[in-house]
Amino acid sequence: MIRRFVVLVTLLLPLVAMADTAVPVAEDPVLEQRLMVLSAELRCLVCQNQSLADSHADLAIDLKNQVRAMLKEGKSDAEIKAYMTDRYGDFVLYRPPVKGTTWLLWAGPFVLLVAGLAALAWMVLRRRAAERGATATQPSEADLERARALLAASDPPSCGD
Amino acid sequence: MTRFLIPLGLFLALVVFLAVGLRLDPKEVPSPLIDKPAPPFSGTQLHDPSKPLALADMKGQVWLFNVWASWCVACREEHPLLVELGKANVVPIVGLNYKDKRDDALGWLSRFGDPYTLSVTDPDGRIGIDYGVYGVPETYLIDRDGVIRFKQIGPVTPEILRDRILPLVRQLQG
Repeated sequence: MIRRFVVLVTLLLPLVAMADTAVPVAEDPVLEQRLMVLSAELRCLVCQNQSLADSHADLAIDLKNQVRAMLKEGKSDAEIKAYMTDRYGDFVLYRPPVKGTTWLLWAGPFVLLVAGLAALAWMVLRRRAAERGATATQPSEADLERARALLAASDPPSCGD
Repeated sequence: MTRFLIPLGLFLALVVFLAVGLRLDPKEVPSPLIDKPAPPFSGTQLHDPSKPLALADMKGQVWLFNVWASWCVACREEHPLLVELGKANVVPIVGLNYKDKRDDALGWLSRFGDPYTLSVTDPDGRIGIDYGVYGVPETYLIDRDGVIRFKQIGPVTPEILRDRILPLVRQLQG
């Protein structure tokens, strides 16, 4: 009887220990959401392959606080990005604007793709032309005669003795 | 023969790109502030917190703005050079003590020497953000009109001082 009771209590224990829903850390979840989206677009300058959202570098935290303050002031995303690029250059943006200095960055992959397709098409066409050329030219009558003479002169192929 | 020329050419092009890429320092982000007016700042002086220091106070002078901190290891590397430059009295150096504690900063200066004509504090890094600072030390050369003419990211080396900064200082002062 006591054993059963102990088992029952043990089984019920997890119900008591049930976790509560996490309390949001920020007082304004909407603003935090915007901050997350925006800081994922901004590069951390200390650890350059991380976004501000991912980085725990001191400067990244400062910049996130700065972005948060500007969002609270009601600044638009564009205004905040302009604030960042004024100080750190286009490098701070993970999606730099298309302009004179960045066109190669944006067009480069497509240029390479087109160049690759062109090279492929050129090779395929050249090979096809070579094949067609090979079938188109028939051996001359003199060549055929020579081949026949060679075949007649040679011994029949021996089979492994 | 031509069969090998194309792959060889492509390989050589790749080698050239990789060689150039290896020489570039990805840490050196070109500053958009070059040839732009220096962002205004106002802070308190390190040695006497009751005294303010603002950008406007430096108007009419060619000066160096050196961002440093006592916790910054690379700052120690360039510091002897700055002390020497300070003694030479060629160009005023203003120190921006970035995200530092006052006692630590003062202790550091008394230990390694104080090359700064004036020192301003930036305990929460706000001035640093306005100047696009992302790695201490950084050094700016600002002209008489308050325009940033040169920025050094990382420690100032004797070569950079001799070949880049000092000629530009002379040109701007002349």
